[in-house]
Amino acid sequence: MRKLLIWLPLGLFLGFIALFASGLFQPDDRVIHSRLIGQPLPAFTLPAAASDRPPLASAQMATGQPRLLNIFASWCVPCAAEAPQLETLKAAGVPIDAIAIRDARPDVDAFLARYGNPYARIGLDARSAVQIALGSSGVPETFVIDGKGRIAYQHIGDIRADDVPMILEKLRAAQ
Amino acid sequence: MRLIMAFLLALIATPLAAQTALPPAPWADRQLADPAQERKAKALMETIRCLTCQSQSIADSNASMAGDMRSQIRERIMAGEQPEAIRTWLIARYGDWVSYEPTAAPILWPLWGAPLLLLGLGLLLLRGRIKRKVRS
Repeated sequence: MRKLLIWLPLGLFLGFIALFASGLFQPDDRVIHSRLIGQPLPAFTLPAAASDRPPLASAQMATGQPRLLNIFASWCVPCAAEAPQLETLKAAGVPIDAIAIRDARPDVDAFLARYGNPYARIGLDARSAVQIALGSSGVPETFVIDGKGRIAYQHIGDIRADDVPMILEKLRAAQ
Repeated sequence: MRLIMAFLLALIATPLAAQTALPPAPWADRQLADPAQERKAKALMETIRCLTCQSQSIADSNASMAGDMRSQIRERIMAGEQPEAIRTWLIARYGDWVSYEPTAAPILWPLWGAPLLLLGLGLLLLRGRIKRKVRS
């Protein structure tokens, strides 16, 4: 027993080495997913964020047809980068609503004039309240909302050109 | 004179890469009038993790989202909500990740058990030593 015990510190040491080495080689996942996937959208009513689009309320998202809810902001650089992909999705017949985070109407108007406006409705979330209620951790994010107003999928980060087929597939699956 | 003016202007310049165009939320950096409520809010804020700067609490972070979360927490405490109810509400959205307070979930049992185990081991060792000393 005593003879075996002598090897315990070395065993522990090797155990720690293995633990740290595995930590080094594992990619660090810092993305925090919303826990609300599969659950109904939290109830919200937001004022209009843009001059030429109506405001957005959660009740308007349950239309019997899956749609996208894009979380964006005029001050967010990757949001400008995903604008062409949103245009592609809109051209494919996808209804897209949006929430502008911590924004002001003149800034949103300028952003939409410059990068295009694929949105049906845009709500203004000046204090990130709806963003926090959604379990969203940044901009841009895109939620797939099914016909009953439930959250079917959350895409974190900007939608790249090669993400578009996947998003369309998620929308089909949410039918 | 012109140099001094330029220097003074530089002091009030706003950073270009700001995370937002808006001023901070009303209660982000302002204490509640009631010290007991402020204490409760502060204690909660120190154990809620910032989503932007992931190794800081929202009490320590300057991120705009942390400011909005602080403001929301103060407003909800002011409205009479309990801190633990707010924590549960946040965990329902972001998972256990968002709270620094360890829970009683099975994955944390080793964390709670380790002190007891080590204390027991120490006592066992001590007993062995005392016995040996008494015998000699």
